Amino acid sequence: MTDRTALSLDQEAPARPSRSLWATAFLRLKRNTLAMISLAVLIFYILAGIIGPEITNHHYAEVYPEFVKVPASLEGYPKSDEIPALAESALARARLDLGQITVDGGTIRVEASSSREIDPRVTRYLDRSDLFANSRIAETSADGQSVVMEADVERLHFYFGTDANGRDLLARTLISVRVSLMIGALATSVALLIGVLYGATAGFVGGRVDNFMMRVVDVLYSLPFIFFVILLVVFFGRNVVLMFIAVGAVEWLDMARIVRGQTLSLKNREFVQAAEALGVRSAGILRRHIIPNTLGPVIIYMTLLIPKVILLESFLSFLGLGVQEPLTSLGVLISEGAKNMRGDAYMLFFPAATLTLLLFALNFLGDGLRDALDPKDR
Amino acid sequence: MAPIFKLTDMHVRFDTPDGEVHAVCGTSMHVDPGETVAVVGESGSGKSQIMMAAMGLLSSNGRAQGSARFRNQELLGLSPRKLNQLRGKKITMIFQEPMTSLDPLYRIGDQLIEPMIEHEGLSARRARARALELLKLVMIPEPERKLRAYPHELSGGQRQRVMIAMALSGDPDLLIADEPTTALDVTIQAEILALLAQLQKKLGMAILFITHDLTIVEAFADRVYVMRKGAVMEEGPVTRIFADPQHAYTKMLLAAEPHGRKDPVPSAPVLLQADGVRVTFTRSKGLFGHDELCAVDGLDIQLREGQTIGIVGESGSGKSTFGRALLQMLPSEGTVVFQGARISGLDRSAMRKHRKALQMVFQDPYGSLSPRMTVGEIITEGLLVHQPELSGRDREARAAEALKAVGLEANMRNRFPHEFSGGQRQRIAIARAVILRPKVVVLDEPTSALDRSVQAQVIELLRDLQREFGLSYIFISHDLAVVRALSDTVIVMKEGKVVEQGPVDRIFDAPQSAYTRELIEAAFRLNTVLDRAAARA
Repeated sequence: MTDRTALSLDQEAPARPSRSLWATAFLRLKRNTLAMISLAVLIFYILAGIIGPEITNHHYAEVYPEFVKVPASLEGYPKSDEIPALAESALARARLDLGQITVDGGTIRVEASSSREIDPRVTRYLDRSDLFANSRIAETSADGQSVVMEADVERLHFYFGTDANGRDLLARTLISVRVSLMIGALATSVALLIGVLYGATAGFVGGRVDNFMMRVVDVLYSLPFIFFVILLVVFFGRNVVLMFIAVGAVEWLDMARIVRGQTLSLKNREFVQAAEALGVRSAGILRRHIIPNTLGPVIIYMTLLIPKVILLESFLSFLGLGVQEPLTSLGVLISEGAKNMRGDAYMLFFPAATLTLLLFALNFLGDGLRDALDPKDR
Repeated sequence: MAPIFKLTDMHVRFDTPDGEVHAVCGTSMHVDPGETVAVVGESGSGKSQIMMAAMGLLSSNGRAQGSARFRNQELLGLSPRKLNQLRGKKITMIFQEPMTSLDPLYRIGDQLIEPMIEHEGLSARRARARALELLKLVMIPEPERKLRAYPHELSGGQRQRVMIAMALSGDPDLLIADEPTTALDVTIQAEILALLAQLQKKLGMAILFITHDLTIVEAFADRVYVMRKGAVMEEGPVTRIFADPQHAYTKMLLAAEPHGRKDPVPSAPVLLQADGVRVTFTRSKGLFGHDELCAVDGLDIQLREGQTIGIVGESGSGKSTFGRALLQMLPSEGTVVFQGARISGLDRSAMRKHRKALQMVFQDPYGSLSPRMTVGEIITEGLLVHQPELSGRDREARAAEALKAVGLEANMRNRFPHEFSGGQRQRIAIARAVILRPKVVVLDEPTSALDRSVQAQVIELLRDLQREFGLSYIFISHDLAVVRALSDTVIVMKEGKVVEQGPVDRIFDAPQSAYTRELIEAAFRLNTVLDRAAARA
């Protein structure tokens, strides 16, 4: 009888629903408000990077010579009070006496008169300017010596202002978010792939192989990063792919060391020995037992690596070794903004704020993930 | 006589992501001056948490409610400053892990002296004299030298003695000992318990002893509280509880002591034979040179079909190393022959075809299951290696079958190991071994991390599986009671060598060597050991 009561003690099935360690970690993450806000911000950035450049009204490379370095504004350019002056200058060579010029939303009315009869083709003067389109004669007086011209004013919106070449800063910021995130994600994936495989192999095989592999890492560590990038740029010229290679090739070293350390401690765990006792091949042990269990620290490191890579890219671009014009990145924009800081602070502010917010979000998310995946560490 | 320590209607609750856990529900107990009270219970019974709550040591998500009075002083809700005047002085605690309770960076002497200078305002010289006195009191050999030693230079038993010395430094009225001997070998455990009993006689303090081990309770305590799921099931003098238990749970606990013997097997063919197995570890000393450590020194065994060989020894005796060497998981010397084929010296791939028949179950049911795999994946992993022709559905069926064989439900295979209790995990680990239908299973302390009642079930399970599948076991354990219940022959090991071997009854009833006698006495007749020590003092 005693046996039966004992059995019932042990047989209590877990009451709550089955939940993997990942699901539990996500539950813990969900209770971290800062991390969840960061996650939302990050998703917003990713969406902005992917679809943002497609839905803005300007192409990031389009130059507006009339609007060089206009400050950020919610109102369209040219501003209402500037339009009459612009219309006057466009009509200056038409030799008309200009009367009242009124701006009504997207159309402009110009009253003009002359001592002679006015040729209706005079509206072409307006059309010649990039600002006005679809100009037409709305009214003509009986003697033909005074007309009212109407034209559509093409008003452009530059919410973030324009840069020194007259390109829309909003479009450029969005494309640079795309470039930065892409470099962050791709360089991190490169680092992840090489680092995890290399580190897990070195740690698992151990002995001389491990020693040799880690000394290779040490040698690569001793290469000065900037020197390495300049070398690559000199040989292959500047392009974005090179950035991935350069950053990824340097960042996997840390990852390899982290994964190797994890592997060394996992290798002596009983479940790995149990797999060895089952006769599982080394590749199987690595794939099923070692690598999944290193993923916690790896993911944490990854979320902290992405901002690091973005910063590195910004740094390289700041130095002029990064992405090629007209493509741009946050580092390039900040570099340009820094040059124009005195007169046009908005050119520094918007890209810098974008980068800062992105880095904050990534770092807070990384911290949150660390707490969620490794609750013992707190 | 008024009790010096009184807990009334204590509640302890923990906030967890899965809701509130009520760890202690309305428990009351008391300790009289100079009395030895044991709190006994299995893991999760709340026996440690209730003391932690009284001492203000709960983790940050825990809350305590009720009343804990020490000499009419309410402890719950006391400011940390006032609590510290009692804690560590009048009420002291010693814990299970003597390895982690001492700071590895400081000398033993400094760790003893510093609190005395800080809290009691002793001069450095007087504190040092007092520390030396304390070390003599806990009977550490060469106390002067030990003052200057670092914790890693001391053995586990010595470290626990240092912890006791620390606990005694403030002349406490109450010593709370939370499983202080669980991490120690049986002979060391007997020594520490004898020491505590002597100290109590000399100093007259009360001892509150938290343990899961009924043998200790019977030999050591005056009164006992039996706890289960946060509540006291039964309370009374030790002699009464052991002679005439009232509550069904107490009866079950007492009946859970391993009992029975293995049915002897008629002479059967030899399955596994090992001769002169020797394992040496080399430790490199700097760049050049290394020392050798002989973990297993020339062991022979002969395992017949259906037989169980028990290997007994204390920590460091090389018994686990030997088990691994037999399965060629460690480089070793000597010959091992399995079913007429020599397997010693085979490399990993040559060994693979034998692995199916030679399985292993590990000690730690928490560490031996990969935390990121489902139970189904864990137990079918061996099939992927040895029977790759099986389809996914066949594997599922085999997994369900194996789970049923170890007394678990088949639908548990989609769950993850962390959702199971220790006993259930050990069943999963056994299922992983038996799914391959092995001939020999090396069981490396499979019951050591489990509660007694769970242990009894696992022993029953191992017996059933042996009968059903005709398995042969090599059963490695430090727990003599379990070995006696399961083995045909027993090997007693010490420092890598065989001290004694023979049929189970001969070893336990008429041990030849002094060491075996000492082991058996410490495990089964703790009373006599303690009485003898008391008489010596």
